[in-house]
This record gives sequence, structure tokens and C-alpha cells, in this order.
Amino acid sequence: MQNDTTDATATGTATSAATAQAPRHIATVNDKLQTPDGNTVRLETRDLSVRYGISTFGVQNISAQIYDQNVTALIGPSGCGKSTYLRALNRMHDLGTDIEVTGEVYLDGENLYAPKMDPVVVRRRVGMVFQKPTPFPTKSIYDNVAAGLRLVGVRNRATLDEVVEQSLKDAALWDEVKDRLRSPGGSLSGGQQQRLCIARALAVGPEVLLMDEPTSSLDPMATARIEELIQKLKHKVTIIIVTHNMQQASRVSDYTAFFYVGELVELGPTQEIFSNPRELRTQEYFSGEFS
Amino acid sequence: MADVVVPASARAAELIPARYRNPGDHFFKLVVLGLSSSIILLAVVMPVVLFIEAAPTFRAFGFMDFLTETTWDPVAAIHGAWPFVVGTLITSFGALLIAALPAIAVAIFVSEYAPKWLARVINYTVDLLAAIPSVVIGLWAIFNFAPMMRDLVYMPIYMWAIEEAEWLIPIIGAPSTYNLITATLILALMIVPYTVALSRDAIAQVPVEQREASWALGSTRWEVIRQAVLPYARTGIVAGLLLSLARGLGETMAVAMLIGNRNRMPFTLFGPAATMPSVIINEFREAVEPLHYSSTMAVGLYLFVVTIGINLLASYIQRKLSISKGVL
Repeated sequence: MQNDTTDATATGTATSAATAQAPRHIATVNDKLQTPDGNTVRLETRDLSVRYGISTFGVQNISAQIYDQNVTALIGPSGCGKSTYLRALNRMHDLGTDIEVTGEVYLDGENLYAPKMDPVVVRRRVGMVFQKPTPFPTKSIYDNVAAGLRLVGVRNRATLDEVVEQSLKDAALWDEVKDRLRSPGGSLSGGQQQRLCIARALAVGPEVLLMDEPTSSLDPMATARIEELIQKLKHKVTIIIVTHNMQQASRVSDYTAFFYVGELVELGPTQEIFSNPRELRTQEYFSGEFS
Repeated sequence: MADVVVPASARAAELIPARYRNPGDHFFKLVVLGLSSSIILLAVVMPVVLFIEAAPTFRAFGFMDFLTETTWDPVAAIHGAWPFVVGTLITSFGALLIAALPAIAVAIFVSEYAPKWLARVINYTVDLLAAIPSVVIGLWAIFNFAPMMRDLVYMPIYMWAIEEAEWLIPIIGAPSTYNLITATLILALMIVPYTVALSRDAIAQVPVEQREASWALGSTRWEVIRQAVLPYARTGIVAGLLLSLARGLGETMAVAMLIGNRNRMPFTLFGPAATMPSVIINEFREAVEPLHYSSTMAVGLYLFVVTIGINLLASYIQRKLSISKGVL
């Protein structure tokens, strides 16, 4: 299912943008290759499998390419492995016990699972927003956004002020909180808290932003705001979003990946996947034969 | 008849009267109610009895004056609780100060760093420590710990202070085997298991989402603890410390065995002292004079009030100052 795109990238040429940007990686696999439709590969997984315990696979042999400046939605029925796959992309599985990840994840050609790669650094480059808003409840709005920067040792007040303001603006929250940056993060509404978490993730300047069902605990209004925000943010950061809501996937994403029982069934432009899926299982899922 | 299918529910309705109640239901309710109200009754009766028995003392000296009077001399019929209040405060707060940091460190280690098997071993050992009867700990301390500390620690410090730091002498005093500091150290040892267990529980309450949020920002393990775990567990840990303090306030046996039982201020670190529980246990048998007797009761009432107060404060912190309200 993945073969056609892979072949296309293999024959593609490196973009000028990629060559201008000094490469900082060790192992080059496909250094920002351009696909025929003009996309740049930001993230690529090769034969990525996540195994729980000895024999239970969360996902198995996922090879996929995620394009820069695009929103990729991961959809599929509950338990299909979409969240498991997502959490492999910033090495969150490292924290669990009895979880084994095999295969490779390349971010700009650099293998995030290389032995020398520090998972802490990986998570700074690949940010994450969770299902439930998770602001640090005792910290102020300001300190929540600044949390990641302080971790990397930024102490300069002016820099912090600037990044906090910019991140909150990027997360479309600035106007609502600019007069109360000192109040606790827990005092915001659910939707605001989620945007605060997005601002917090953006503040460290990630290359990829993972969103694990970011609107599932929000009301329709707050959901609409987050969806709108995702559209704006994709020009700054590559977004991968897990959603159980197919309408949401069709609204916000440029590419859609359909997962089923731990396998990636199909990945392609959202319009194509929704209007003309190639795989029978995708068709069946859309027509509601299983959920 | 036979071909009419009566729904099961309808048949049940015929068989069982609508208002049927199992008589055992009522009986059981009464038993449970009686037993639980007897507990409440006990808690109410206890301070009332203490107060009635202590009344002669309060009449003779006044409620506040008895608290602040520094002389306790049963022979001269002068009674004041102040030395014991001071002794209790020094030993219990001192013990808490000594125990808190190591105990919280152990709690963090077992919940955040230790592999499962090691955490289990440590938890079990700590719980075991709590199970040792305090009189046994007291015995060990009397025959081993106290003489050892006197010879190896207190004496050398005292000798050094005589030569080099004379200003210290009034604070530390001449070393005796059973003294304030030894009692405090042993008390610290005895409250460590409580502090560990309560801090551990508080840390276990931290939602996994909070930890993951911190990890996802690129935190190291220590940063996750500092950023997500400790702020969230803070109220629980503080409440746990208060409960440990209350436990230290009331601890009787080991302290009474080790503190040296001196009823007169001023106390010194290396010299004997007394606490509220220690004076009660040492004197209740000899308290034949009514005033002496009621004075030990009055000391007991103070102890009761302080301990209850601290327990209430701890549960208030646990319940009311929850994290969502952003307090503490």
C-alpha cells in the first residue's frame, strides 16, 4: 500500500531548502526528499513495531512518511494502534515497562531510535498534546508556557516574555489571558487549558507536534477553535493528530492514515482516502461496517 | 391456564408483597448504627472526662496559667505544664525536622527511581519498622544507642565546646545518657515509616497525565519530579508531615524511657528533659494528692487538644486545599 509513494521519494531530489539548512544528522536516509506532489518528508517510520509484553503487538511494521507543513490524521477503530504509533514517534514508550519498540523513526533523516539519541532531546523536537488538557495546576499560565524553556536553561526574562507571548499568540490564547498571566493554569476553561498546552508545546520550538485526540474532552465550540488553530499551525510545525472522529479528520487533515488491528492499512491525501479509498477495509470502515 | 405466559416480574409481584422488607434489614441497621455511635460517644466522652478530672487544677491555677507556669513540684503542690509543653514541642518538631527530608527522599526513590523489586523490599522494610513496638525500640536505645551516642558524639562535642565554643555550653549542657536529643533522634526514627508511607501515597496520587505532560516537554527524570510530581503531591506530603507530627506528639513509651525525666526548665540538648506523655506515664501512679492527680489529667487534656487539632488540620489540608483550588 505504501510502495508507490516510497518509490517516488527514492527517485526524488533533495530540495534547495534542505541543502541550505545545515544537516545536523548522522545517518542520512532521505534527507528531506521532495515527493512529486511538492511535499517534503519531515518524518518517516520504517518497519516500526511496538510490542507489549512478549507477544502482543500494539502496531506492527509501520512504514510511513509524514510530510512537512501538513496535518496528518491517524484514524481507525479503538484499539487499532493509532495512539500507540503516535507515542512511538516521541519515544513515550520508553517510559513504560514491558514495551518494546523496533524499527526506525527518522526525523529529518535522523533516526530517533539510534543508540546515541537521547529520548529527552527527541521529546523537545517532537512535542505532544494529550487527550485531557494537562496544564501544571500549581503553575501560572506564564510559567506553564515557560516550563519547557526553563528546562533547557533559558533564564533571560526578555527572551522568556517574548517566547511566552508568541507561543500564546500562536495558540490563539493570548488575547484571553494576557491580563492574567499570573493566575494558575488550572483556572482556565477546558478549551483554554488545551490551547495552553499547545502553547506550552510550541514554546520549545518543536519540529513536529503530536496530538492525541486533543478535542475528545472538549465541547463543540472549543473543538472548533482547536481545529481552526491546527489549520493555522501547520505552516509552522508538522502536525500528526490522532482522532476517533472522521469528520474531524476530513476537516483538519491534508493526509489521512487508516489503522486497523495494529496495521497501517492506507495512507494518502485525505480527499482521496475519504472519497476513493483503495483498500477494502478502509471502505468498510467508512461505510460503518465495523467501528 | 397453562398457555398463558405470565411475565416473571408479574409473578414476582404476586408472590412478594409490595412493601415487603426483610426484618433483618432493620436489625442490621440498628446494630451498625449503635456500634458507630458508640465510637462517636467515646470520642466525645473522653475529653469531657479529662476536663472534669482536670477541673481542680484549672480552678487552682487557671486554664492559661497552668499552661505557662514553669514549675512542676508536686511536693510544694505547685503544678505547671510549661516544661512538658516545651519538651514535647522540641522533641516532636525536632523529630519531624530530622525525619522529613530522608523520609520524603525514600518515598521519591521508591516511587520514581527504584525498580519494582527493590521498591517492594524497601516498602516492606519501612512498614516493618512501623510494626516494632515502641518499648522494644526504647529498650534497644537504652542499652545500645544512648550510651553509644553519649560516648562517641555528645562527650566529644561537649569537650570541644568547653575548649573552643563556650557559648554553646548553655545550649547543649553536660551530656547525660538519657537526654533530649537522644529522645528526639529515636522519635525521628519512629515517625519515619509514617512519613514515608504518607508521602508515598501522596506521590502515587499524581495523575499519569501530569507526568507524561512533563516528559513530553523534554524533561529528565528529576525535572519530571520537580515540575509535575512534587507540586501535585505537595499538599498530600504536607498533610502527611502533620499526621507524623501528631504521631510524634503522642508517642509515649520510647520517649519516656530515653528523655531522662527532668521536670524543671531550662532544658539542654544533651541534658534530661520531659514531655507531656512522659510526665503522665511517670507520675500517674504516684499521684495520690488530688491536685497532683488532676494536674496529670490537665496535661493529658492539653495533649489531647493539640493532637486532635493537628489531625484536624492535616485532614483539612488533605481535603480542602486540593490542587484544583491552587492553594499551597
